Amino acid sequence: MTGIQLTPQDTIERGLALAAAEGADGCVVLVAETSSTNLRWANNTLTTNGAMRGSSVTVIATVGAGEGTAAGIIGRSSVTDDSLREIVSAAIATARAAGPAEDARPLVDGTTGADWDLEPEETSVGVYEKFAPSLGESLKRAGLERRRLYGFANHEVVTLYVGSSTGLRLRQALPRGYVSSTGKNADLSHSAWVGTATRDFTDVDALALDAELTRRLGWANRTVSVDAGRHPTILPPAAVADLMTYLFWQLDGRDAFEGRTVFSKAGGGTRLGDTLSSQPVNLHSDPALAGLEAFAFAVARSSGGSSSVFDNGLTLAATDWIRGGKLEHLMTSRYTAGLIGAPTATPDIENYVVSVDGATGSTDDLVAGLDNGLLLTCLWYIRMVDPQTLLLTGLTRDGVYLVENGEVTGAVNNFRFNESPVDLLSRFTTAGATVPSYSREWGDYFSRTATPPLLVPDFNMSSVSQAN
Amino acid sequence: MYKVGVVPDIDASFLALPRQELAAAALQRARDLGATFAEFRLERIRSESISLRDSVLESAKDDEDLGLAVRVIHDGTWGFAAGVALTTDEAVSLAEQAVNMAQVSRPINAETIELADEPTYDDVTWISSYEIDPFSVPRAEKVALLTDYSDRLLKADGVAHVSVHVATIHECKYYANTAGTSYTQQRVRIGPDITAHAVAEDRFDSMSSTAPPAGRGWEYMTGTGWNWDEELAQIPAWLAEKMAAPTVEAGTYDVVVDPSNLWLTIHESIGHATELDRALGYEANYAGTSFATLDQLGTLKYGSPVMQVTGDRTAENGLSTVGYDDEGVAGQQWDLVKDGILAGYQVDRRMAKKNEDVLGTPRSNGCAYADSSGHIPIQRMANVSLQPAVDGPSTEELISRVENGIYIVGDKSWSIDMQRYNFQFTGQRFYKITDGKLEGQLRDVAYQATTTDFWGSMEAVGGPQTYVLGGALNCGKAEPGQSGAVSHGCPSALFRGVRILNTTQEAGR
Repeated sequence: MTGIQLTPQDTIERGLALAAAEGADGCVVLVAETSSTNLRWANNTLTTNGAMRGSSVTVIATVGAGEGTAAGIIGRSSVTDDSLREIVSAAIATARAAGPAEDARPLVDGTTGADWDLEPEETSVGVYEKFAPSLGESLKRAGLERRRLYGFANHEVVTLYVGSSTGLRLRQALPRGYVSSTGKNADLSHSAWVGTATRDFTDVDALALDAELTRRLGWANRTVSVDAGRHPTILPPAAVADLMTYLFWQLDGRDAFEGRTVFSKAGGGTRLGDTLSSQPVNLHSDPALAGLEAFAFAVARSSGGSSSVFDNGLTLAATDWIRGGKLEHLMTSRYTAGLIGAPTATPDIENYVVSVDGATGSTDDLVAGLDNGLLLTCLWYIRMVDPQTLLLTGLTRDGVYLVENGEVTGAVNNFRFNESPVDLLSRFTTAGATVPSYSREWGDYFSRTATPPLLVPDFNMSSVSQAN
Repeated sequence: MYKVGVVPDIDASFLALPRQELAAAALQRARDLGATFAEFRLERIRSESISLRDSVLESAKDDEDLGLAVRVIHDGTWGFAAGVALTTDEAVSLAEQAVNMAQVSRPINAETIELADEPTYDDVTWISSYEIDPFSVPRAEKVALLTDYSDRLLKADGVAHVSVHVATIHECKYYANTAGTSYTQQRVRIGPDITAHAVAEDRFDSMSSTAPPAGRGWEYMTGTGWNWDEELAQIPAWLAEKMAAPTVEAGTYDVVVDPSNLWLTIHESIGHATELDRALGYEANYAGTSFATLDQLGTLKYGSPVMQVTGDRTAENGLSTVGYDDEGVAGQQWDLVKDGILAGYQVDRRMAKKNEDVLGTPRSNGCAYADSSGHIPIQRMANVSLQPAVDGPSTEELISRVENGIYIVGDKSWSIDMQRYNFQFTGQRFYKITDGKLEGQLRDVAYQATTTDFWGSMEAVGGPQTYVLGGALNCGKAEPGQSGAVSHGCPSALFRGVRILNTTQEAGR
């Protein structure tokens, strides 16, 4: 490839100018600069590592198409001044060859944000300056104490720039990090897990994570076999996030309107306004939530039920999806909001909080209040079985514990479950306070969650899994 | 317009990139900094995604990911770095970053990394088997075809909505290492997903095409390798029958599993379980481990004696088929399960070297793969396939051996535990079998089993006439997460005494 590497701002200004010169009616250019660094370990030694940088440019050109508007979308990495010209031309040509887009709306108006001129933020292996030595020490300690550690630490920074022919010039940098660590005892008969999200790794101590794994592996000094069946079960915040993230992704307004999801009325139309739970449970997103910050404006590189490329840059407002047990909003673009009769668009937001009004206390408090039941660590391999009820199947993983008279008294076998998170919102009997959580199943790419622990009196363990 | 029947060449615009120059700069810098081994990849992945909803174009997007990566072994430790600028300065910088990464990592690395010796291949070229580069077909022509397919379903009675999505990928890779291997490789793959939805007053359901993704070009969408006309004509009636079908009675049944469903059970319960990195614990924190541990090689009774499973990276139109893997190892075929006994694993060069005594060979079988230049090569799945019985029975003959059972067609929901024991699958269609004959569809069916029990209950496999190459475009593994495409061939097969669940009852209804 020849040509000159451009700054994100120059890419956008030149892209918009080229689109205008070639006769596009409108244009949006998105530039994402990403850097990431990671460490991975297994059997008490490092296995892989990496430092990656990436850049992506997406050009969305719009042209008149009959009485409507058509869009052409081209995405590329490694853009230079020469290739940008080709990309813009291709986007316009694609739009001209396409029919009118059903989701066409006027591009979002805007102005230049105060931080527009700033360079991309980035991360490097230096983010592990404190974490890596403590990780090394924990790996050595685990080896001496006949434990095995397996895990992954990742830190990334995405700086997104969005510019449009309608004046938008938006920039936002979002750091995201997480660490996930599994411990096994010497004969590999039991495992335990801890995971946490972090913005900069200054608040993560590998030795403390190992200490928690050691505590949990200690619970396995007594093992008890428990049969499949419906058991009183405490789901810690991580397990609640495992299930609620799936529910969150089912909030597509168009799918619901067309009768295809658990949020559809029988025969078609949505359940907006229906009471999903008689309990005061809430599901809420807000891009400004402290510690869970997400992009404050809509970002769409393709269109779907809950997003539209024409909506890029649309300001995202705090949204109640479920409030007081009632379904308040579904995810929509401006187009699909109109389709389903919603007053305004409520696009996807990349964070969520589940809370129960008045709930206090921790997972440990729920354990203290339980006479006999199970305490889970996390869930795994969660897949949809039946969209009508949002029946999900999956497995317990890396630690299921027996609770007797308010105390953890041993480790039990793993299970396959079949459960609907929508049903669980009605069936839980006790909830704790909402805390930041890290989903085992989805946290590697959806880590901005906060959830409470829940006690479900009759969680459906369908069969025993031999996995340990 | 495109031409039919022309053997494709490596794309000229990829060949125009300064691949050897970049590789030479990176590898030399790595050598100068003391790396004992270094490898370079330049990869360009073009992808197109087209979605239609009720015959209207919902989204069409054309993407290209282009970048370069350097991986080194320095002081016995891996180091990896990836970037996007195609300049010798960047290539040199990446070599330096990779060495730096190895140095930073050295204190927490307890294993001296060594690789299996492999033959070298100097400036070789390999191209996958396809006829029509999907990116040579005008977008409008593709959308018109998909609109026609969608219309055929939408106009049928009982079909409320139709979803159509087609993903196409064109992958070009240049690889070079300090041992002297260099290759240029081009692969094309395509994955169609066509689903008809029905919505009634009391319930809704769907019926999807069972056309698997394939290592083919756009010719696949026009009828080479799949009979679209026949299947699209049948989907509405299949859906209507499913909507009216009785719910299944939970219990134990004999089942005949069609290849369109069985490929996914193979993927989950054999494909992943015979990945040596899982068996050794490298995926313990993410994808999981395997019950099929290395100490059981040659002795573990995986299934019944009719079970013969191979790994390969050579099957024509296979999604995991390559000329050379991402460590410069040539594609090949080998046994994973022989006469029902665990016979092999999928490995890369490091694992092959470290475990050569147990594996009985000092060679890799070529399973290293990174899903883009930005990711580290890891052991990824070969095409893992259940072999048919020579002169074996037809699907109808297998069904005829069942008194009270279910014939399962098409994949849908899937889940398996972290050691690959306990799985649960649903499907597109479930037909009641009574006295050897199909009696119409059932609904709300899932089957659940433990891997070795299930494969142990396999009484018979069908003949080659029942063999179909299924597969997936989006198998996930590793941290950071990587997506892999893989095929699984299998015949129809008969299993005795499988646990069948009623999913409505499982939901407590």
